Amino acid sequence: MLEIRNLHAKVGNTEILRGIDLTVHAGEVHAVMGPNGSGKSTLAHVLAGRESYEVTAGEVIYEGKDLLKMPPEERAREGVFLAFQYPVEIPGVSTTYFLKAGVNAIRKHRGLEELDAIDFLAMVKEKMKLVEMDQALINRPLNEGFSGGEKKRNEIFQMGVLDPKLAILDETDSGLDIDALKIVANGVNAFRSPARAMLVITHYQRLLNYIIPDYVHVIFDGRIVKSGGKALALELEEKGYDWLKAEVEVAQPTIA
Amino acid sequence: MVVTSSKELDTYLSDFELFEKNGATKGPSWIHQIRKAAISRFSELGFPTTRLEEWKYTNVAPIAKTRFKRAECEVNGLMAEALARATLGESACAQLVFVNGHFSRELSSLRSLPEGVKAGSLAAAWGSDPASIEPHLARHASYHDHAFVALNTAFMKDGAFVYVPKGQVVELPIHLLFFSTAPVGLAHERPGTAVVSYPRNLIVADDGSQAMIVESYVGVGTNVYLTNTVTEIVGGKNAVIDYYKLQRESEEAFHIATVQAHLDRSSNFSSHSIDLGGALVRNDLNATLDGEGIECTLDGLYMVTGRQHVDNHTRIDHVKPHCSSRELYKGLLDGKSRGVFNGKIYVHKAAQKTDAKQTNKNLLLSEGATINTKPQLEIYADDVKCTHGSTIGQLDQNAVFYLRSRGLDLATARNLLTYAFASEMVGRIKVEPVRAQIENLLVTRLQHGSRAEDTP
Repeated sequence: MLEIRNLHAKVGNTEILRGIDLTVHAGEVHAVMGPNGSGKSTLAHVLAGRESYEVTAGEVIYEGKDLLKMPPEERAREGVFLAFQYPVEIPGVSTTYFLKAGVNAIRKHRGLEELDAIDFLAMVKEKMKLVEMDQALINRPLNEGFSGGEKKRNEIFQMGVLDPKLAILDETDSGLDIDALKIVANGVNAFRSPARAMLVITHYQRLLNYIIPDYVHVIFDGRIVKSGGKALALELEEKGYDWLKAEVEVAQPTIA
Repeated sequence: MVVTSSKELDTYLSDFELFEKNGATKGPSWIHQIRKAAISRFSELGFPTTRLEEWKYTNVAPIAKTRFKRAECEVNGLMAEALARATLGESACAQLVFVNGHFSRELSSLRSLPEGVKAGSLAAAWGSDPASIEPHLARHASYHDHAFVALNTAFMKDGAFVYVPKGQVVELPIHLLFFSTAPVGLAHERPGTAVVSYPRNLIVADDGSQAMIVESYVGVGTNVYLTNTVTEIVGGKNAVIDYYKLQRESEEAFHIATVQAHLDRSSNFSSHSIDLGGALVRNDLNATLDGEGIECTLDGLYMVTGRQHVDNHTRIDHVKPHCSSRELYKGLLDGKSRGVFNGKIYVHKAAQKTDAKQTNKNLLLSEGATINTKPQLEIYADDVKCTHGSTIGQLDQNAVFYLRSRGLDLATARNLLTYAFASEMVGRIKVEPVRAQIENLLVTRLQHGSRAEDTP
């Protein structure tokens, strides 16, 4: 579904991604871990099409198409979804209003009929259960005055409504208490299917107790330095990132 | 820089003589005295130049240079449609319609005014009911230091008079609707076809009364004309006044407006000023809080594009203690438009415990748009709480990306965020049909904006 080859990206003059290679198949859940500043979030934003990051080398093939050529809205319509680490507050626009515009743009792109208000609300009600969203919350201006947990739940709720093929969760667990974390994880698990793939970006192993990944990758200094199964996450939790740093530094000459 | 030549002033002075000859003297002599004093003051003041601090960013030379003819009451073919779009229909208890400043009895409707409430032509009232008018007219809006108020006062002929008696509550809005129907044809192609009207309004809400007043200015067709309007609002003790001014003049029009509110103890005044039209627009909104415990709210929204210029000057005078004022003006500027905001809060020495907050927020939607914003506090009391601030920004790129990542295209995302910025002000409009009208105009304007943007 997704093939990232030798991806380099920079912000301003700082190179942040320095050769990412990653292949994700439908039905798989990949966890991407790494210390602060390693490039995890940059990877997520580059995949979603953020223009402030400049891709300097490499390619990303999504469903056989060149993802990097598409503007962000086209990626969304093709089925790429990013759950933001810091969802944006937009006073004056309700979640339902903006989501209906999104859903119908995506449906139109896929050759489906646009949903009318009644069908849309019926679908929304169904998806609200996914993350125990409150009706009052989605009628309110988008994320305005939401708690951290409510914002993250809103992201997963939107994922449910927009029905993507590739979901990228950017530190969806950060700042959540255990109850909120469980709700979010349940929502994500309910969404797993053989047709979908997920990239779960996280700093902590904790989330992976609830969302069990098929693969775990560790990003360090803009590269994936280690890949493995779910046991790798536990190892990282136990030893921290420092042992890996040491290992990478020793191996650096051969990688370079 | 504007230098008013004596020739430009002479035009007005000789027009005033003509105005007096042709029946202006028929009015009561006290009106005549006020007019004479006002024209004499105008001849001393001349048109303001950009050398004056209050007019630094608004150059009225195009007005000074244009030869305006006083407008006749011309009901043209476009009126019916314009009326249908601007009317508040059944939602208003009275709708007074003025065409080029002249009261039109046929187009107006007075449905169900509560006991003792008066709403009608000011000219009729100063003849028949001088006791209600004389204590207020030209007592609040000073023509001594504002040339356009002086001109309006000199040439005032008609406008609206609204009186709400003691304790009376008018639940439905009273709509004052001013149409400008200047003869078709651009003034620079046919010199002498530009017209001017001088609407003059007086709104008096007696002690303990309550009223909603909606003042609309609508241009019919696309012509050069000047609306120079003055509204005086008098709020008695405990009076509640909700005032709306909707400016939708045609795109070639000049609109100069002064609203002066004088408020007594424990009254509550809220103003909503909305500017969408006009080529050159200047609003002066002044509120004098002349009693204790007054609450004053000034809301404003201006949305301009092309080469429009809109200037909002507000002044709140905290004269007595324990009053609070809240001011929020928001501006959306696109194209090569230019906005000016100058908000002054003046806290007099006696006005202890004043609680004043003033904010001006602007969104610049294009590189060519400009805003000059200047919040001002002048405080002569020592126990007060006053804050002010202004912001100028572009659309938040994070938010644009967020919306696009959900499938919305760039234009839709921008429009939605622009709408969101303005919607706070729209949401504060309490008169439902006014809110609906403004919302529709906003949405239409945004859709046009996005189309214009696609063509570089």
